[in-house]
Amino acid sequence: MSQLAHKTARASSAVVRTGPANDSNVLTRRRLAASVSGLDQRSMILLLMTLVLGLLLLLSMALGSASIPLDQIVSALLLGKSDSTAWTNIVLKFRLPKTLTAMLAGIALGLSGLLMQTYFRNPLAEPFVLGVSSGASLGVALVVLSTGAGGAAMIAGLGFTGDLLLTTAAGLGAGLTMGLVLLVATRVRSNLTLLILGLMFGYLVTSMVSLLLYFALPERIQAYINWTFGSFSSVTVGQLPILASFVCAGLLIAATSIKALNALLLGEDYAQSMGTNLRRARLRIVLSTALLVSAVTAFCGPIAFVGIAVPHLCRGILRASDHRILLPGTCLTGGIVALCASLIAELPGNNLVLPLNVVTALLGAPVVMLVVLRQFKGRQ
Amino acid sequence: MSVPALHTRDLSIGYPRRRKDDICLAKALNLRLEPGSLVGLLGPNGVGKSTLLRTLAAMQAPLAGQVLLDGEDARRMRPGELAKALSLVLTNTPHPGLMTGFELVALGRLPHSDWLGRLSESDRGAVNWALDAVNAGELACQVLAELSDGQRQKLMIARALAQETAIMLLDEPTAFLDLPRRVEIMRLLKRLAHQTGRAILVSTHDLDQALRNCDQLWLMREGAMLVGAPEDLALDGGITQTFHTDSVSFDQSSGAFAVETPAGAAIHVKGSGTRETWMRRALERNGYRHDPVAGVADISLRHNGQGPEWHLTIEERLSRHRSVAGVLAALKDAGI
Repeated sequence: MSQLAHKTARASSAVVRTGPANDSNVLTRRRLAASVSGLDQRSMILLLMTLVLGLLLLLSMALGSASIPLDQIVSALLLGKSDSTAWTNIVLKFRLPKTLTAMLAGIALGLSGLLMQTYFRNPLAEPFVLGVSSGASLGVALVVLSTGAGGAAMIAGLGFTGDLLLTTAAGLGAGLTMGLVLLVATRVRSNLTLLILGLMFGYLVTSMVSLLLYFALPERIQAYINWTFGSFSSVTVGQLPILASFVCAGLLIAATSIKALNALLLGEDYAQSMGTNLRRARLRIVLSTALLVSAVTAFCGPIAFVGIAVPHLCRGILRASDHRILLPGTCLTGGIVALCASLIAELPGNNLVLPLNVVTALLGAPVVMLVVLRQFKGRQ
Repeated sequence: MSVPALHTRDLSIGYPRRRKDDICLAKALNLRLEPGSLVGLLGPNGVGKSTLLRTLAAMQAPLAGQVLLDGEDARRMRPGELAKALSLVLTNTPHPGLMTGFELVALGRLPHSDWLGRLSESDRGAVNWALDAVNAGELACQVLAELSDGQRQKLMIARALAQETAIMLLDEPTAFLDLPRRVEIMRLLKRLAHQTGRAILVSTHDLDQALRNCDQLWLMREGAMLVGAPEDLALDGGITQTFHTDSVSFDQSSGAFAVETPAGAAIHVKGSGTRETWMRRALERNGYRHDPVAGVADISLRHNGQGPEWHLTIEERLSRHRSVAGVLAALKDAGI
């Protein structure tokens, strides 16, 4: 290895490596071994997480207010029919979309939380820092609080069309907000400016929503508040492909940003010096977050906590900062957390359903506190 | 003269302003950075050292002129291309907690790796070589959060080395480090420049280390740039002019900064060696002037059976002191 001449891509600037090599071979080998075994350990954890996610998917299919025999669930899933039409309907039209929605939402929120925390180099960043949920809530508030008498009756019943209207309104609000943020993202210089603008925009929109609430009728306010609780059960089988394609698109764009995300761990200046096209990386990251978060918020409401907690949880479990590991890691952790929350919210064997946002934060926050405390223990 | 790794053509640096004149920090710069040399960039605060480095690294557009890397305009190069030609180390060392030393240095391979940033066998070789080159092999498996500033900065330099660029720019890499670490890093940079043929430009406030290690100095003053060997700049007064202020000046004979002597009471010190040097420093620190012949007070170093002793004579009254502090206290008591 000594006297090893390494040509860089530029022919005339040959950069030579010289120096101690032989005496450090042992160290080098040990280092290699260490990093390889670290990788193995992490792949093992990822595999384990996949298994847990699979188990939770099954549990989510199996548990619910109606108790259906396991073989009947399998038969409904695989053959499309079971001993009772009601069971088939419950499994295919209710439990399946709810389960898949929970998983997709968990993936989307966890992943976008990771993107935002890395991009803004801020452990408090979450998917909604750019104002998406505020935009969506404005859309919903406008529909719920300002529709005419007919609209009010429709929403009071919250029938199918009511749901669709809310989803569309939330989607439009989130989409418009993200468009605005993207437009701003191409103009401003630093990520801190973008963060502050996003937060301020959020405050602005929230105050508009408050204004609408202030002048609204109490029963309509209730409809709005129900939306803010968040839910995985309002997505129909027909809407599922739309949610799934948004999440897949966001996931793909995030995957192409892995290298930039790793470089951005050292800040924008260093990232640029290591070949990152800052403008393009920012657009990719914001676009990916926009697709992931606006779809989930439109279909499930503003689900709090998952986005900020999952990346911390994932880093704590995998003990890694490399996005090649963190990206699949946050997707799996996000899916697991969302499915757990969905299961607990329904309290199997009981007809009571708790608001999703209550469950995510109430049970999740202590877990994350523990992980973070353990992670930072013994540091200055 | 060899081919420069980097040179500038009539470069003006600064910041453009809307509806006002641009803030121009330096203009008509024609600089050359040669392979295999360590160049120190020095100048008072606010003169534009960081702006120059940012402009040379193509992170900031020049007001006029060009930065040429191996003959190619840096502003026209794609980020990936640029990262293969030029690497950077800054003052602040970021520390994403859970990353290991090896992973940090491996980030330097990003411009050379595939879309996922996977390391090939030769990438691993480059990372290990860089770790060994800065004597940081034992930090490879450690987590960054557990390292000191100096250790992290060494890893950042190793990362720039692993990037395998012909040019390395460092912006005050030793600013937050203690003296032994500063000495170590400057000597390391000199060795790397000479052994690996890299062109290394380092901005620093540590004139002493720059004089001892750099092959060339760029002295930045308001609107002007002096370039030359450190010794030439010391002899022809370039350093003196660059750093001169009312209270500090560069002492050509000692090669260090001297605080200009205040006009306090004159005191004569008789003695020799280390003890006399430190007594004179103590007097200077307290605002006294040294008089080579005679002063308001005379201090002389004597040796008796129990060791050295200071004899202080004020208006023919003699007092004896064991420590420098004792002499200073006696002077104060006497109202001098």
